[in-house]
Amino acid sequence: MMKVEEKLFQNRYRVDADRPHIRIKDESLCNNGCVSRACTVCCPAGCWSFEEGKIGLITDGCLECGTCRVVCDTHGNVDWNYPRAGFGILFKFG
Amino acid sequence: MTQNIEKFDVIVVGAGPAGNAAAYTLAKAGKKVLQLERGEYPGSKNVQGAILYADALEKIIPDFRDSAPLERTVIEQRMWVMEDESYVGTTFRSDRFNQMPGNRYTIIRARFDKWFSEQVQKAGALVICEMTVIALLRDESGKVIGVEVDRDDGKIYAETVILADGVNSLVASRAGLREDIKPAAVALAVKETIFLPKETVEARFNLKGSEGVVIEMLGSISQGMAGTAFLYTNKDSISLGIGCMLSDMKAQNTTPAELLEKLKQHPSVAPLIAGGETREYAAHLIPEGGYHALPELYGEGWLLVGDSAGFVNAVHREGSNLAMTSGRLAAETLLELGEKGLPSTAANLARYKARLEDSIVLKDLKKYRNIPDTLHSQRQFLSDYPALLNGAAHEFFTVDSRDKATKEKAIFNAFRERRSLLGLLGDAYRLWRATR
Ligand SMILES: Cc1cc2nc3c(=O)[nH]c(=O)nc-3n(C[C@H](O)[C@H](O)[C@H](O)COP(=O)(O)OP(=O)(O)OC[C@H]3O[C@@H](n4cnc5c(N)ncnc54)[C@H](O)[C@@H]3O)c2cc1C
Ligand code: SF4
Ligand code: SF4
Repeated sequence: MMKVEEKLFQNRYRVDADRPHIRIKDESLCNNGCVSRACTVCCPAGCWSFEEGKIGLITDGCLECGTCRVVCDTHGNVDWNYPRAGFGILFKFG
Repeated sequence: MTQNIEKFDVIVVGAGPAGNAAAYTLAKAGKKVLQLERGEYPGSKNVQGAILYADALEKIIPDFRDSAPLERTVIEQRMWVMEDESYVGTTFRSDRFNQMPGNRYTIIRARFDKWFSEQVQKAGALVICEMTVIALLRDESGKVIGVEVDRDDGKIYAETVILADGVNSLVASRAGLREDIKPAAVALAVKETIFLPKETVEARFNLKGSEGVVIEMLGSISQGMAGTAFLYTNKDSISLGIGCMLSDMKAQNTTPAELLEKLKQHPSVAPLIAGGETREYAAHLIPEGGYHALPELYGEGWLLVGDSAGFVNAVHREGSNLAMTSGRLAAETLLELGEKGLPSTAANLARYKARLEDSIVLKDLKKYRNIPDTLHSQRQFLSDYPALLNGAAHEFFTVDSRDKATKEKAIFNAFRERRSLLGLLGDAYRLWRATR
């Protein structure tokens, strides 16, 4: 099985260091109020994690699909934007 | 942009197939067009399987075959209904597809979008990349009069704004022109581009020259979710992907990356990609809500085209052709208004919808309007039938001491056990109804 990290390693990115384009509005809602934590399952790039009772989000490998925003429809807890123009994923093939 | 008081006839947001078709058609007819794209180059944010349907592009650029970066001409289509260790399939291969002009081609979107954008620029449109539209500008009456981009003083004005910004269409939903997409109306697809020597691709798929094969798959690979997978041959690579409805994906525990890995390991797929090198992993949403999920398509000073309008026929995996056709029709509507000296009011832009209704875009979406609901509520089509079909084939093609009549009975009983006789009849009726 090829891990998601290995898959992402093949991609080209221009990372906007320290300026994540996706933010969690209220982390305590993720940690305590959310039942599905659908973002952690559905994100194709494994950007979302839930470990030791805490939600985690690292957007460096983000494929800009919008899934995390859409699956958080019950809580609307994802503040989702495109990376600054020119940054983010650069598909070679797409 | 500081002292920009210049006004454009049309601003097109996005440089995918929908935006490119619109910008090309308008620029070619002499309109003053500005096209804005957030990616470093057109295609750098875009993902597709990808099959290109010639007809839609031919209506825009008749001689596209002379210069477009086409991978292979599809001469063979396979459909596989899969179980964990097997598939039941059909193959249609015809040499007639080899005779020019080709009807379907495999493409690589990053290359294709770049090419299309070059044609748009040659036609006279001003195309600016690395610029994200963040909002729409409106006058006191609420009419859209331009866009705001992510630069200082980034206000740009136009008579009409065409939103071709794709499935997420943040611009349209934030401006309140449409609702945000719902998990039940959108599929998430993941895909790898796997490189193999050209000769290997041709030997494995029995191809010569620029011939190509496409395989569409459904069944156990989507683990009970509404979804399909695909394998397309490019010149020296294979595009392999799988997509499932987000509402289903939400309700289970397999990640999209794992789903794709399982597909790669399926005994029918693995030998086709063996020894290949994955050089990219991509993901993208597909609007699959169909006719009932369509938003308003136009209003005062604005039009929606392509994925931002939800124009995808999930059953036939058609999207880019509907994107191009809707982009062209939006442009032709504006050209008609221009000729008649009419402004871009909602009442006048209603002609866009009339054109769509008279085209493949809304005719096909209407025809398949009940498919999404049928697949959501009738799970047997996704899980029971693939298993039953494969079971039946196993039974039928395993030669043992039992006679054929006994085997047929066993097959029939298997179907009846899983779906009652009434259920079977009902399913046939439902599928027929949904595609009428
Ligand atoms: C895995 C997969 C397989 C598919 N297979 C097929 C197939 O085989 N055949 C087929 O016909 N269709 C297929 N489709 C569907 C097809 O890809 C889409 O329908 C098509 O790309 C829609 O074109 P579009 O121009 O509307 O949107 P897009 O191609 O998504 O283009 C939108 C553009 O707008 C830009 N943009 C977005 N927001 C902004 C902003 N705010 N400012 C500036 N620019 C912005 C984006 O960067 C992008 O370039 C597939 C889709 C997927 C995901
Ligand atoms: S689905 Fe939304 S609320 Fe739940 S964990 Fe993810 S981001 Fe937080
Ligand atoms: S946009 Fe897609 S890839 Fe990026 S974090 Fe959200 S789900 Fe993951």
